[in-house]
Amino acid sequence: MRHIISILIENESGALSRVAGLFSARGYNIESLTVAPTEDETLSRMTLVTWGDENIIEQITKQLNKLIDVVKLIDLAEAVHIERELMMIKIKTTDETREEIKRMSDIFRGKIIDVAANSYVVEITGPSDKLDAFISAIDEASIIEVVRSGPTGISRGENGLRL
Amino acid sequence: MELNGAQILVQSLKDEGVEFLFGYPGGAVLHLYDALFHQQDIKHILVRHEQGATHAADGYARATGKPGVVLVTSGPGATNAVTGIATAHLDSIPLVVISGQVPTPVIGSDAFQEVDMVGITRPCVKHNFLVKDVTKLAETVKKAFHVATTGRPGPVVIDIPKDITDPSIKVPYKYPRKVSMRSYNPVVKGHRKQIKKAVDLLLSAKKPMIYSGGGVILGEAHKQLIEFTRLLGYPITNTLMGLGSYPATDKQFVGMLGMHGTYEANMSMHESDVIIAIGARFDDRVTGKLDEFCPYAKIIHIDVDPASIAKNVMVDVPIVGEVKPVLETMIEMINQDERRPDKKALAKWWEQITKWQALDSLAYDRNSDLIKPQYVIEQLYEVTKGNAFVTSDVGQHQMYAAQFYHFDKPRRWINSGGLGTMGFGLPAAIGVKLAHPKSDVACVTGEASIQMCIQELSTALQYKTPVKIVNLNNRYMGMVRQWQEFTYESRYSHSYMDTIPDFVQLAEAYGHVGMRIEKPEDVRSAFEEAFAMKDRTVFMDFMTDRTENVYPMIEAGKAHHEMRLRVPPGTPVDRELA
Ligand SMILES: Cc1cc2nc3c(=O)[nH]c(=O)nc-3n(C[C@H](O)[C@H](O)[C@H](O)COP(=O)(O)OP(=O)(O)OC[C@H]3O[C@@H](n4cnc5c(N)ncnc54)[C@H](O)[C@@H]3O)c2cc1C
Ligand SMILES: Cc1ncc(C[n+]2csc(CCOP(=O)(O)OP(=O)(O)O)c2C)c(N)n1
Ligand SMILES: [Mg+2]
Repeated sequence: MRHIISILIENESGALSRVAGLFSARGYNIESLTVAPTEDETLSRMTLVTWGDENIIEQITKQLNKLIDVVKLIDLAEAVHIERELMMIKIKTTDETREEIKRMSDIFRGKIIDVAANSYVVEITGPSDKLDAFISAIDEASIIEVVRSGPTGISRGENGLRL
Repeated sequence: MELNGAQILVQSLKDEGVEFLFGYPGGAVLHLYDALFHQQDIKHILVRHEQGATHAADGYARATGKPGVVLVTSGPGATNAVTGIATAHLDSIPLVVISGQVPTPVIGSDAFQEVDMVGITRPCVKHNFLVKDVTKLAETVKKAFHVATTGRPGPVVIDIPKDITDPSIKVPYKYPRKVSMRSYNPVVKGHRKQIKKAVDLLLSAKKPMIYSGGGVILGEAHKQLIEFTRLLGYPITNTLMGLGSYPATDKQFVGMLGMHGTYEANMSMHESDVIIAIGARFDDRVTGKLDEFCPYAKIIHIDVDPASIAKNVMVDVPIVGEVKPVLETMIEMINQDERRPDKKALAKWWEQITKWQALDSLAYDRNSDLIKPQYVIEQLYEVTKGNAFVTSDVGQHQMYAAQFYHFDKPRRWINSGGLGTMGFGLPAAIGVKLAHPKSDVACVTGEASIQMCIQELSTALQYKTPVKIVNLNNRYMGMVRQWQEFTYESRYSHSYMDTIPDFVQLAEAYGHVGMRIEKPEDVRSAFEEAFAMKDRTVFMDFMTDRTENVYPMIEAGKAHHEMRLRVPPGTPVDRELA
């Protein structure tokens, strides 16, 4: 099963490579990894998407917790949560397809954020499968470039991952 | 007090109570060496290769329970230390390894003798630090010792760029008395509810087994283990790393388990209905084929590292905590419980185990004209009255030592189990001897292993660490040859050397005593003679039977009940040796 693991980690140089190194050394799957500083500048927050059976996920969370720099983590799959990913997609346009792409973007609550003579850049946020759905709704040949942030997530309700 | 970085490091080590620093100088650590020059409290041991420094510090740590401390220069000095760091890592041994680094401004520029030590060691340390600010140096040293020695112990590297130790930059010094790290809080006490569950299971067992490992020694819990085991009257087996945590000569001890464990230990594990694993990590050398591991047993597992639990084998009652307090609570609960172990079931169980023991799976030919390696270890045991510290290298000789030297006390058996590092034995013995100058220290080795760190004979002379080297010279990489015999139809591909040095002359060239022993009847007198030379390092080159193999054995892919036993005496064994 796919799991989103949210990690608070000391904002030290090399912290990211400890996490990435752990996954490659132990042969765990890693689908995406996002990192950014938090409101507390001594901490970074990572969101990591991985998959595996229950035992593997348990080992992954234990091994992550064992890293000295990891302060706290949660497996978002264990709770009700919200997941969002940002995508920017550059699409070739012609006079005939412009309207169609605009309409499609509206349906997916996307925004056209760049307009050039022969292309659009559409921005969409949402759960990853929504972004997948948008991509498959667009003519493959017209896609110039896709950039995705990888998912991040947060649990619902008043509990939060914090110190 | 204002000190420069080099002085801060040295003073921090003093404040930490460090006795010995195993090291080797070089450009990036010259400021540090200069600071060492001005003091006497910390004794610096100059090794002959940085691998030797890490193993010697490791031997010291295993023999004392205190962290071993190493100092090496950047680049090649640092990379030479890596094998020893990984060795300590896999066996959870506390080390603090200080490596020099090129100055901060040139890091990343492929400067002279630059390697990314933090990057290289990341997968084989408990943690590592790159010091970027001299005002943080003392605190970093404190953290390093704290992390290395608490929870599941392990090696910690501190990489120090040369400019940090610059003698001209002085900052206020104060060694922190305590350190707290919000991201690091190892569990100590176990969960009482879980411990209670374990007690219930233990007291309902019909065929119980206690399987204990290195964690008992690391956690100084041998007294509690003995009390617990005697209280229940259950059979106990030890891993290779756990030897000495329970007295091997005690009647409840059924020997080591695993690949080269006794038949009775492995059969008991296989047939058991309740197993309690205490500070052991279900290593593949222990479990054999995982699918068939202990098919009838409910398993309790005590370990300070949550990641050790349910890693290879699913367990029924996990207890995260240190062995010592957990066993103390367990003993207290059992004492307060009205239930007692099922006497009748236990008697039957012991009867069965006694039958397995009667097979005498460690038996070997005692009438041979050749020196049997097992016999050498037996004689070593007798001459030292079981009181020596025994280090070992890796191979058949290591297994003979584990099987035939009956360790009754913890920290006496010092070997590389997890990484299996040839070259460990001699430098480790030097570290042990420094820690226990009055005790007998023997290094059991093979003619291949000893050559991997033989240069440390020179260190042994310089620091007067008279160790006894017991070289079981079978003119083969015996362990490799054994596998080739069993699995590759005796194609001995590169498992022997055409030239083996004359170890007697070699030992003498290094300033020690060399002895060659060729007949079984000379083994004992050789030991007596060697151990009588209290202040000399003696290299005993025993010419052993080159065809001898380690039995019994669980071959790759087999389970505990499928051990390969020695072919009964009298069966003709036809083996052509190259
Ligand atoms: C040639 C060769 C052959 C071998 N054959 C065998 C064999 O036949 N049998 C065998 O057993 N081994 C054998 N080994 C060794 C094997 O590879 C492993 O090193 C060994 O089995 C591991 O021992 P252990 O389970 O006691 O774990 P250790 O490596 O000693 O680990 C200790 C465990 O205890 C935990 N721990 C540490 N401190 C504490 C504490 N205070 N409280 C609670 N838990 C703690 C740790 O987290 C860890 O899980 C062989 C090695 C070699 C090189
Ligand atoms: C550094 C290192 N290289 C290779 C090995 C693989 N290996 C394990 S045992 C062994 C042979 C050891 O030979 P020797 O020291 O003569 O011991 P014996 O088995 O003959 O007793 C080898 C090569 C190892 N464990 N360590
Ligand atoms: Mg050999």
